[in-house]
Amino acid sequence: MLYREAGQFKTSYAADQALMPITQDRVGLLVILVVTFVVIPVFATDFFIGSIMIPFLVFALAAIGLNILTGYAGQLSLGTGAFMGVGAYSCYKLATIFPDINIIVLILVSGVFSALVGVLFGLPSLRIKGLYLAITTLAAQFFLEWCFIRIAWLYNYNDSGAIEVPQRKLFDIAITGASATPTVRYLIIAGLVAVLTLVAANVLRGRIGRSWMMIRDMDIAAELMGIRPLYAKLSAFAFSSYYCGVAGALMVFMWLGSAEVEAFDINHSFLVLFMVIIGGMGSLVGCFMGAAFIWVLPIIIRAVPQMLGLDILAATTEHIANIIIGVLIIFFLIVEPHGLARLWQIGKEKLRTWPFPYAST
Amino acid sequence: MALQADVAESDGLPVAHAQTGQSSVQPGGAEQLLKVEHVSLSFGGVKAVTDISFDILKGEVRAIIGPNGAGKTSMLNVINGFYHPQEGVISFKGKPRRRMKPHQAAASGIARTFQNVALFKGMSTLDNIMSGRSLKMHRGFFWQVLHVGPARAEEIQHRRRVEEIIDFLEIAHIRKQPVGKLPYGLQKRVELGRAMAMEPELLLLDEPMAGMNLEEKEDMSRFIIDLNTEFGTTIALIEHDMGVVMDLADRVVVLDYGKKIADGTPGEVQASQAVIDAYLGVAH
Repeated sequence: MLYREAGQFKTSYAADQALMPITQDRVGLLVILVVTFVVIPVFATDFFIGSIMIPFLVFALAAIGLNILTGYAGQLSLGTGAFMGVGAYSCYKLATIFPDINIIVLILVSGVFSALVGVLFGLPSLRIKGLYLAITTLAAQFFLEWCFIRIAWLYNYNDSGAIEVPQRKLFDIAITGASATPTVRYLIIAGLVAVLTLVAANVLRGRIGRSWMMIRDMDIAAELMGIRPLYAKLSAFAFSSYYCGVAGALMVFMWLGSAEVEAFDINHSFLVLFMVIIGGMGSLVGCFMGAAFIWVLPIIIRAVPQMLGLDILAATTEHIANIIIGVLIIFFLIVEPHGLARLWQIGKEKLRTWPFPYAST
Repeated sequence: MALQADVAESDGLPVAHAQTGQSSVQPGGAEQLLKVEHVSLSFGGVKAVTDISFDILKGEVRAIIGPNGAGKTSMLNVINGFYHPQEGVISFKGKPRRRMKPHQAAASGIARTFQNVALFKGMSTLDNIMSGRSLKMHRGFFWQVLHVGPARAEEIQHRRRVEEIIDFLEIAHIRKQPVGKLPYGLQKRVELGRAMAMEPELLLLDEPMAGMNLEEKEDMSRFIIDLNTEFGTTIALIEHDMGVVMDLADRVVVLDYGKKIADGTPGEVQASQAVIDAYLGVAH
């Protein structure tokens, strides 16, 4: 009804190729941006910002990273957690070595190290595919975890073995460390995630993104159209790992405040992979949906008994939340194996043709 | 890349000539685009192709036929670099080469369609054909990130060319649809469009009519003829429909058990006893 493109005629290829060709989509995005950057910082509680929105955005960014590699370039990876770790540890080292450089710059630079490591562990993808490749990325996961424990230089020879985030300021406002307010940290993360999402969308719809999808869908034909698998696959690994690395750096510096190697273990790799699968392979919106589903929903479910004033043990709510999430995952994967993003897409298609069941072309 | 387009255009006239004049080997006439000399290919002990030589002249439609397992597709795979023959030399545009990667073949001007449709199933028709322009797009990572200015201009410039192909193949109505959902005949057409988008000098078609009904075959034949006469593209096709082959091809090479048994105009090939024996069998 409200969502239809009747009357919106494209008169140029530029208009037709726009990121959001339909006006309603643009309005929707505007609303989301206003909510993200104005409504939430002004009205939301510190708990909501610190425990829901910040982790949600960090994981959404990591999911975008993995989705670029798995959903767009078709290379399965189980090393997301480790790549996030590379970002976090290199950001920590950079902050130690260059204390005067703005921390936001360092976070963005630390992704580069993650990208380099990603390329290194992406090399097997030139020979092997699918599940076998996933196993070799496990090697990255375990090897890097080992590095984070054994190479004491990475955590400045701390006795605790943890990386502690130093206090850093921007225009005299604390943006990292204990005294930084959740709202400030949230705004920085939201800004970075918004920009990086736009960058990803641009790259994915252009020549480079197309080459990744060509490799994903039919590598033989892609090679025949002049795509070099070496460049396409390794650039996908680099780009994807960059996002994971930045997400990891954000996770430690803007959310946790300090982290040990457990923050980057295989469970986190799986967590991000589930976000991508539930959200939808090959969809940027899906990354946000998946992150919301896997991270935010359990928190909300756990909070419901409290809000209703029910006296249930914390452990019981935890179990109930796990059961509900598990059932929902199964439900959504049966309804739409291609994830929430596809479900959303189908819903929009239905609205466009409403009240008719399908459109005649 | 602009060079290729120029070559294709400037050759427009002689090409049309070669099409109308059925006689194939014009002495000193059309130049050789591709020359295959004494090529042998084997996988372990299995000989796929044995000592095959033939040439493809600029602007002609060359058919490769033969019974199942004769080595036709292996021959195409050798030409565009998927297989590396153990013996023999292949010269494209006068340049001999022994080993070549598929992407190098693509860059030198060879495009190809596949026997079983090899489209990018997750992408739309438009993106599939745009992917054929990959080699002609050069804007670097920085511009891709911004997606303004030169990168956008490049995208739109190639979109224009792609839309011409879409018009030519009459597939405007499925422009935005994912190709995985299209009927088979249309998928074959999109695949042809994708190969066309590369603006190749030599287009290899592996069974373009396979699995099509009569109407679809007629359409596809029309596209192939137009492609050859209007755009001057040299075409090598493998096909089992003899009616199509005899009507479209200027010259036909016949393979059987990896060996060449005949080469010539459709009339000559039809009259050859070896070809008749290969297709119909010999009484023992």
